[in-house]
Parts: sequence; C-alpha cells; structure tokens
Amino acid sequence: MTVRRSMLFLPGNTPNIIINGEALGADAVILDLEDAVAPSEKDSARILVRNAIGRMGFGRCEVIVRINSTDTGEWTKDLDAIIPVKPSLIMPPKTSRAADVLRVDEYISALEDRLGFARNTVKLIPLIETALGVENAFQIASASPRVAAIFLGGEDLTADLRCRRTKAGNEIAYARARMVMAARAAGVDVYDTPFTDVNDDTGIYTDAEYAKSLGFTGKSAISPRHVNAINEVFSPTAAEIDYAYEVMDAIRAAQAQGKGAVALRGKMIDAPIVARARQTIEAAESLGLDRRA
Amino acid sequence: MRAAERKVSTDMSGIVKRAVAGTLESSDVFVEIEPGDSGIEVEIESVVLAQFGDAIRAAALDVLKEQNVSDARVRLTDRGALDCVIRARVETAVARAKGE
Repeated sequence: MTVRRSMLFLPGNTPNIIINGEALGADAVILDLEDAVAPSEKDSARILVRNAIGRMGFGRCEVIVRINSTDTGEWTKDLDAIIPVKPSLIMPPKTSRAADVLRVDEYISALEDRLGFARNTVKLIPLIETALGVENAFQIASASPRVAAIFLGGEDLTADLRCRRTKAGNEIAYARARMVMAARAAGVDVYDTPFTDVNDDTGIYTDAEYAKSLGFTGKSAISPRHVNAINEVFSPTAAEIDYAYEVMDAIRAAQAQGKGAVALRGKMIDAPIVARARQTIEAAESLGLDRRA
Repeated sequence: MRAAERKVSTDMSGIVKRAVAGTLESSDVFVEIEPGDSGIEVEIESVVLAQFGDAIRAAALDVLKEQNVSDARVRLTDRGALDCVIRARVETAVARAKGE
C-alpha cells in the first residue's frame, strides 16, 4: 500500500532545493516544470529534473513531475525527457476534460511502447484547477486506468471563479466536496490544494484537518514547513489504530463463534466499520505505526 | 582555484554559437560553452577544486562525449553542484550551443 499523506512542490530548476527533496519529510515530491520555471528555462529544468531522478533519486519519496499544460508547446518535450526515468506519476495541469487526460495518456503509452516499458508504468494525477475541470471531475478521474488520483488546484480555480482565495476556503468548499465524491466514485485517490500562507503554522493544521474530514487522501504543500503538519493530520492516531485492531479481533472472535452480528463498545460493527479498520491497519503498517507488528 | 585541460579534436562538434546554462546559486554550476577548433578545453573554477576537480571534469567530459562534442571551449563556475546537476547544466549548455 502506497501512503501519500503529503506532497511537496519543488521548483524544477532550483538545484539547492531539489537535491534536498528526500530530506524534507514529504511522502512525495512534485518536481515542477510548469509555473515555478521561467519560460526561458524550460529546457534547463526538464534536463535537470531528468538527471535528478535518473542519477540521484529521491529515496523513499515518491516522485511526481508536473509537466506543462497541453495548450503549450512544452508538454511533449517534458514527457520525452522525463518518461525514460520512470517517475511514479505525471501531473498534467489545467485538466478540464477527459479528452485532456486521454491526450497525455496516448502520448505516454507511445513512449512506454518505444522504451519497452509495460503500459501504465507511469501513472497520472491530473491537476484540476478550472470550473470546467471540477464539473468534469468524475469523467477525468475515470478517463483511463492510468489515472491514480486527482488533485485540486485552488489558486487557479479561484481565478477562474472570479473570486478571492481566502484562508477559510469557503470559495472552494463545493470544489473540494465535488472532487472527493468524483475520486471515490471512480476508485482513485484525491489530494487537496496547498495551504499557501507559509508562515501560518497553525492554519495548516486547520486546513489539513478540514480536508481530511471531507475524505481527501492527503494534501500538498508549497513549503517544507507544512509537511510535518500534513503528515501528522493524515496519519492514523494511536487510538484509531487500537480501535481498528479491536474491530478486527471482535470480527474474528464472532466468526469463530459462528455469530452473525457483533458489537464493540456498545455499537454494532458493520461492513463499513470493518473496511475502515482494514484501511487504518494497512496505513499504519505502511507508515511503521503498527504497534502489533 | 582554476584548472584547464586540452584534448585533441577528432570530428565536428556541432557547437555553432556561445551558450550558457545554470546559475551562480549555491549547489548549482554556471556553464559557458563556445565553439572551439582544436579539441575540448575545460576550465573549472570551484571552491572544492582540490577535492572534486577531477570528478567535475570527468562529468563534464562524459556529457560532452555523449553529446558528440569534440571541439569546444567550456568553462564551469561551480558552486558545489552535485554530479547530476553538473551533467544537466553541461547538457543544457550544449543543446543551446547547438541551437536545439
């Protein structure tokens, strides 16, 4: 089970940040070839990112590369450079329709065939950051088996909505709920937009807890300062892990006694509770938090 | 600290103009390349030249060879760049100098 609680954006043409990527604590790094790179340095960034992935690596961090959007002349050059070093995921920005996903999917498939890679070696995490993209979120999430997750981009979305991005986030409340619903209906993961006030060390907790309460799998960050808070919020707590084991023990005991129904702490345990308990234990095991292992 | 090296030309290099890549920021390297006519000349300036000069030169020469560059003057101003960064910046400078 791959646990991605936190994803940290790193500018693709900045060596002194990239080379420390693994040490910044995030479960995944997003090496950015898009907004963080000046137009005159796109060539330089994609060559640096290719070398950093292929020759240095990011250890236990999963590697995601945000390419340039399909309405530029850069995205195919990005993929030509990056696919050979097999990042886990490609993030195509400004994804508004299923057709946007399929366009990138077909190009990656052709590269995988040419390179002798199995199809879908490299997954997609479309960045949804337009009103049209939010409305089409389910179609985007289910457009291809290559889509592993969808990702909400709150900054561009609020520009498209013609409203102001606020710390409370009321302006993206509908988009967040819609994204979670679409992703879960499509059977993929879903990641929340960064909390952009890098100096607010308490606001990040509030924002991450809200995202978790809605059902997001994890959350992105633009500052390493926010990574620990995100990891903490999206990790199962000791109480949650203990309860998950109690649920599984109770289920096993009931099955051994031939009981159909079972209660724990005065509440009936039904299928969704068992499913959540399994997810909690899997996440705990992946994160090394499994105290019974 | 500086060091230079010359090698004998074997074929056309494809370097048609002067180009630069990288920055003078920490952990980066600023690479300047221009057409040459008598092999490859590499000049390196680095505060860690004594410790890593050979490795920096080897990385640069390796990329130049991969890119079939045989005649060029290359200057690297190193700010503590890792091998992958040196290779990337040299490759970028070569691509730009070839007009790609």
